[in-house]
Amino acid sequence: MPQRTVNDFTIRVATVNGSGSQSSNLVLTNSIFRLGIPVAPKNVFPSNIEGLPTWFDVRVTSKGYRCRTRDVDVLVALNAATWQQDVAGVKPGGVVVHEATYPLTGETQREDLTYYAVPFNALAKEHFSDKGDLRKYLMNMIYVGALAHLLEIPAGVVEEGLRAQFRSKASAVELNMKAVTIGIEYAREHLEKRDKYYLERMSGKTDGYLFMEGNRAAALGCLMGGCTVAAWYPITPSSSLCEYFIQYADKYRVDKETGDRNVAIVQAEDELAAAGMVFGAGWAGARAMTSTSGPGISLMAEYVGYGYYAEVPGVIFDVQRAGPSTGLPTRTMQGDVAFAYTLSHGDTKHIVLLPATVREAYELAMDAFDLADRLQTPVLVLSDLDLGMNSWLTKALPYPKKPFDRGKVLGADDLASMKSWGRYRDVDKDGIPYRTLPGTKHSNAGFFTRGTGHDEEARYSEQPEVWQRGLDRLLRKLETARTTVPAPVVDEKGRNVAIIAYGTTHHAVVEARDKLHDAGIDVDYLRVRALPLSPEVATFVKRHERVYVVEQNRDGQLYGILRTELPPHLIGRLESIRHYNGVPIDAYVIVDPLLEAERAPAVVAE
Amino acid sequence: MTANVNIIGLTRDVYKGLPTTLCAGCGHNSITNHLIKALYEYGVEPHNLAKMSGIGCSSKTPAYFVEQAHGFNSLHGRMPSAATGAKLANRELMVLGISGDGDTASIGLGQYCHLIRRNVDCTYIVENNGCYGLTKGQFSATADVGSKQKSGKINEYATIDVCGLAIQLGATFVARSFSGDGKQLVPLLQAAFSHRGTAILDIISPCVTFNDHEGSTKSYQYVKDHDVVLHTADYISGGKEIAVDYEPGTVHDVQLDDGSHLLLRKLDTNHDPTDAIGALRTIHDASARGEFVTGLLYVDTHQQDLCARERLTKVPLARLDEKALRMHKSEWSKLMESF
Repeated sequence: MPQRTVNDFTIRVATVNGSGSQSSNLVLTNSIFRLGIPVAPKNVFPSNIEGLPTWFDVRVTSKGYRCRTRDVDVLVALNAATWQQDVAGVKPGGVVVHEATYPLTGETQREDLTYYAVPFNALAKEHFSDKGDLRKYLMNMIYVGALAHLLEIPAGVVEEGLRAQFRSKASAVELNMKAVTIGIEYAREHLEKRDKYYLERMSGKTDGYLFMEGNRAAALGCLMGGCTVAAWYPITPSSSLCEYFIQYADKYRVDKETGDRNVAIVQAEDELAAAGMVFGAGWAGARAMTSTSGPGISLMAEYVGYGYYAEVPGVIFDVQRAGPSTGLPTRTMQGDVAFAYTLSHGDTKHIVLLPATVREAYELAMDAFDLADRLQTPVLVLSDLDLGMNSWLTKALPYPKKPFDRGKVLGADDLASMKSWGRYRDVDKDGIPYRTLPGTKHSNAGFFTRGTGHDEEARYSEQPEVWQRGLDRLLRKLETARTTVPAPVVDEKGRNVAIIAYGTTHHAVVEARDKLHDAGIDVDYLRVRALPLSPEVATFVKRHERVYVVEQNRDGQLYGILRTELPPHLIGRLESIRHYNGVPIDAYVIVDPLLEAERAPAVVAE
Repeated sequence: MTANVNIIGLTRDVYKGLPTTLCAGCGHNSITNHLIKALYEYGVEPHNLAKMSGIGCSSKTPAYFVEQAHGFNSLHGRMPSAATGAKLANRELMVLGISGDGDTASIGLGQYCHLIRRNVDCTYIVENNGCYGLTKGQFSATADVGSKQKSGKINEYATIDVCGLAIQLGATFVARSFSGDGKQLVPLLQAAFSHRGTAILDIISPCVTFNDHEGSTKSYQYVKDHDVVLHTADYISGGKEIAVDYEPGTVHDVQLDDGSHLLLRKLDTNHDPTDAIGALRTIHDASARGEFVTGLLYVDTHQQDLCARERLTKVPLARLDEKALRMHKSEWSKLMESF
C-alpha cells in the first residue's frame, strides 16, 4: 500500500456538455465541503449547449487554496470523445474511474494509474429505464456514489449534500440518493481500493463558509448598493450577474401589497443601448448599471467616453472572457484592463475596480455606485469568468455599513441660497464639480449636458483655453480618484523581491508564495484593487529591488500601465509574468519563472 | 390670469432658448418656434422637461427653447437609449426627444425601433430634411428615390419611411407634419405631449442650404406642392369643454390619456387614425404618387407605456434612498443562511 494522500488532490470529472453533470458535480463538491475540507471547484466548459466536452475540477485542499491546479489526481471519465486525452492528463500514481465500456488499450492503458471500471450506462439502464430524460442525470449521480465509496465519504454526508443541492424537494433528494446508493453498492461489491487518495474529516477550516459565485455576489452588491436601473444584453460570462439581480429584485424590490417595483430592468437591443440607458438614468439621478463582457465593452466605448467627458455616473460590470474578438466566450482572462482604463477615443481615463474574491465582488459593486456618484464618472468593475461563474468558498457577506454616497448634488434649497452656480466649476479644487438633477424645482437648476466642448457653465465652447482647462480639470479629478478608490492590499515584510497582481490572479499568488517560501524565497505582495493607481504602488515598488507583475493576459497590461505611470527610475525593477491560455492561472505559472530568475546566478555557478 | 402668462403662470419668454446657430430659413427654426408655442400653451413645467437629442443640425435645437430646462445632447443616433434611461430614472419627467433623419433612420435606426417597441413615454420629433446638413449635404436614408442632391447626384436607394416603420413596430402615436404648417403642427405637438407612450412626429423640414433646389423632394416648393393634409387638428386641453360645432361623422375625436382631446376634422380623404393597416396604405399610396400625407396617421391610446409595464413605483427611482432600497438586516441574515 503506498503512502496515503489525504485531503490534497484534484478530482476531474470529464463529461459531455448538456449531459446533466452539473448537479452531480456540485453535490460531490458540497459533500467534501461538509466533511470540513476546503474545496475549490472550477468548471471548464465549452461555448455550446450540448455535445462538446466539459470538465469540472474539484480541488480538495486542506490548506484552503482557491486557485486551479494543473495536476489531476482522480479522473472520472464519462466522455468517450476525450477518453484518451483525459487519461493522458492524469498525474502519475493517479486514479481513473471510468465507464466500463471504454477500451483500455495503447495510450489509455497506463502502468502508473489505478483503474476502476464502473458500468455507469448499464447501471442507469437497469435501474432508471423508466425515468426518460432524467436517466442521464441519475447516471452522473451514480459516479458520485462510486467516488464516495472509494474516497470514504459517508453516505449520510452525500445525502446532506443532496439536500443542499435540491433544497426542499424531497422527491428529488430521494431519487438522486437512490442513484448515489447504486454507485456506493456497486463500488463496495466490485471495486477493491488500490489507490492512495482519501478524504478525512477536518475541523475549523470551513466554519461559517458558504459557496457563492462572483456574479451572484456582484448582483447582491447592486441590490444593496441601491441600483435602481439595470440595462443589459445577454453575454457569457456576465449574463448570470443580471439574472441574479433580476431574481433578487423580483423578491426584494417589489411592494408585496401593490406589486409596485422600485427597480427597472431592461434587456436592451445591444450593449451600446444598454450603456445609453445607464447614462440616461445616471444623468436623471438613478443608480444605474449594466453588465457585459469584452465584446460588450467594445460597443459601449462610445457612451463610456460620453460619460467621462459629460461627467455622468454609471456602473459597468465587465466579466472578462478570453479575447480578442469573440475569442473564447467560456474561458477566462484579464484581457480588458488596458482597454477599459482608457475606453473610448480621445484622452480618457476611467475608474476601474478589480475584485479578486467573492467578498470583493459584493463590496466593490457597492463601492462602484458610491464612486460613480462621488466622482461623477463611469466606473468599470472588472471581474472575470473564473470569479464570476465559479463557486467559491466565502464567509457570509456582511450587511452594508455605509449609507449611499450620492456625491455633490445640489437641490432646490441649495440653489435658493446660492447666487449662481456652474455645472463644471471646480469649487472645491478636487476636480469634482457640482450637479443638479432634472426635476429639481428651481429656475437655475437646468443645464445642458453635452459631449461637445463646454465651459464651466456648461455652455458650448470651442475656445482652445476652455477646452484644455476642461481636460486638465478631469485630470485633477483623476488625481482625487487615486486616493478615493479602494487602496491596494499590501503584505510586506521588508523583502527584496515582490509580486504585484490583481483580480483572480491573487489566488495563484497565495499558493505561489507558499511554494516559494518552501523553496527558500520569500516575497512581498501588493494587490492592486483599482485604477487609477494609488500612490502606494510607486512607494511599494521603490522599496523592492525586483517586482514581478503577474496577470492573465498576453501583453502584460497592468505591467504596461505601471511602466507608463511609475517614475522612470523604477521601471527597470518590473518584470512581467503572464498567463493567457483561457483556463485560470495556477501557482506554477508564477513559481517556475520566478524561481528561475531569482536562482539564475546560482545555476550559472553550478 | 393675465393674457401674458400661461396656465401655470409663466410668460412665453420662459419657453425661449438661446439664439439659433442654424442657417437663416432652416425649417428646424420654424419647428423650434412652433415648439415654444406648443410648450407655452400646454403649460409644461420647465424643471420637469428633459430635452434630449442626438447629433446633427436637428439635435442642436434643444438649446433654442426652454433655456431653464435640463438638456441632454447625447451621441449620434443614441438619444433613444438615454431617453429610456432618463424616463425610467424619473417617470415624472416630460421627455422630449429631438432627432433628425440621419440620426434616426441611419445611425440610430436600431435604437429608434426599440424605443418604439418599448413604448417609452416621450415625444420623439424627427426634423426630416433628407440630408446631412453639418457634413454638407450627403443623402440620408429618408431621401426619396429619384430625389436630386445639390451636386446633381440622384438617390437610387429605397427610402426609409420613419412613420410607416413606426406603425409597423407598434407605435402608439404617429404623426407627420411640415415645419411650415404651424396650424397643424402645434396641436399635434400638444397631443403628443398628452399621449402616454412614444409619440412619433416626423416633421418635413427643408434644408435651405443643401436640399432646397429643383429636383429635391424635400425642398420648400416641392413640400408645399405635394403636402396632402389629412385633416385639420384642434387640441383641447383636459377639463376644457369642446365648443366646436361639427356635423356628425366629419370629426374624429381622439381622447388622450390626460383627459385632453385632439379633434381631427376630415378633409378630402377618409383617413381613420385608429386603423394601422389603413394608415400604412395611406402612406404608401401617397408615396407612390410622389406626395406625402400630413396629420395624425395612427394612434392607439390603450397601450401601457414602459414605466407602467415595468410596474414602477410612483416615486421616481432617482429619489429612493437606502431605506427604500435595502432589505432589512433580518432579511439579509435569512438570505445568507439560505446558502
